[in-house]
Amino acid sequence: MSDFRTRVEGERPYLLRYASLQLRDRHTAEDVVQETLLAALAGEAAFAGRSNLRTWLTGILKHKIVDAIRRASREAPSADEDLMEELFDESGHWRDMPSAWADPDAALEQKEFFAKLEECLARLPARTAQAFMLREHLGLETDEICKELGVTATHCWVLLYRARMVLRLCLEQNWFGK
Amino acid sequence: MLSCKEVSRLVSQGLDRRLGFAERLGLRLHLLICDGCTNFKKQMEFLRKAVKQLG
Repeated sequence: MSDFRTRVEGERPYLLRYASLQLRDRHTAEDVVQETLLAALAGEAAFAGRSNLRTWLTGILKHKIVDAIRRASREAPSADEDLMEELFDESGHWRDMPSAWADPDAALEQKEFFAKLEECLARLPARTAQAFMLREHLGLETDEICKELGVTATHCWVLLYRARMVLRLCLEQNWFGK
Repeated sequence: MLSCKEVSRLVSQGLDRRLGFAERLGLRLHLLICDGCTNFKKQMEFLRKAVKQLG
């Protein structure tokens, strides 16, 4: 392996940490880091003469992250459709009728329940999670959340709806067990 | 008659805005005859309570 290649590879853990923080999704983070390393190796000549490899790589990574976020926001509506498809049939009936949860209030006495709830929250896409926490944990009104996130009221309701659907499913599968 | 899918959306929005008269009426009629959506509504209210208590 060439010296340049070894040095670039050595920055992988740092770049991965950086990308994971921004994207909050390990899988996408690994993808953008991989793209960054490939672009860097292909562009060795462009680096020549610059002193700081990490700064240069981070610059490339930032562009890749922005691209990934744009891709994700274009894909978001279809992901939303997938979720609805999974939950409801063509005529809008539940595929799997929600059944009553046994003694949910007892769960509120258990630390393990809140740990599980946090795990479920961590699975939400960043923006959806932000909207949901602003609304439910901090108690902001929808119009304040819209301003905070720069989205329309309708979009805001969609984010909150999606968050609740995902969280309900997550709790049902991981806590209230079927 | 509203579908369960529409009802689930209205139940969620009902937590975020004041629903109109027709929406409230449609919701109430549906909930009277649908156990699945009634359970869903209780779960949404529970979720709200749980997240408020999150440390």
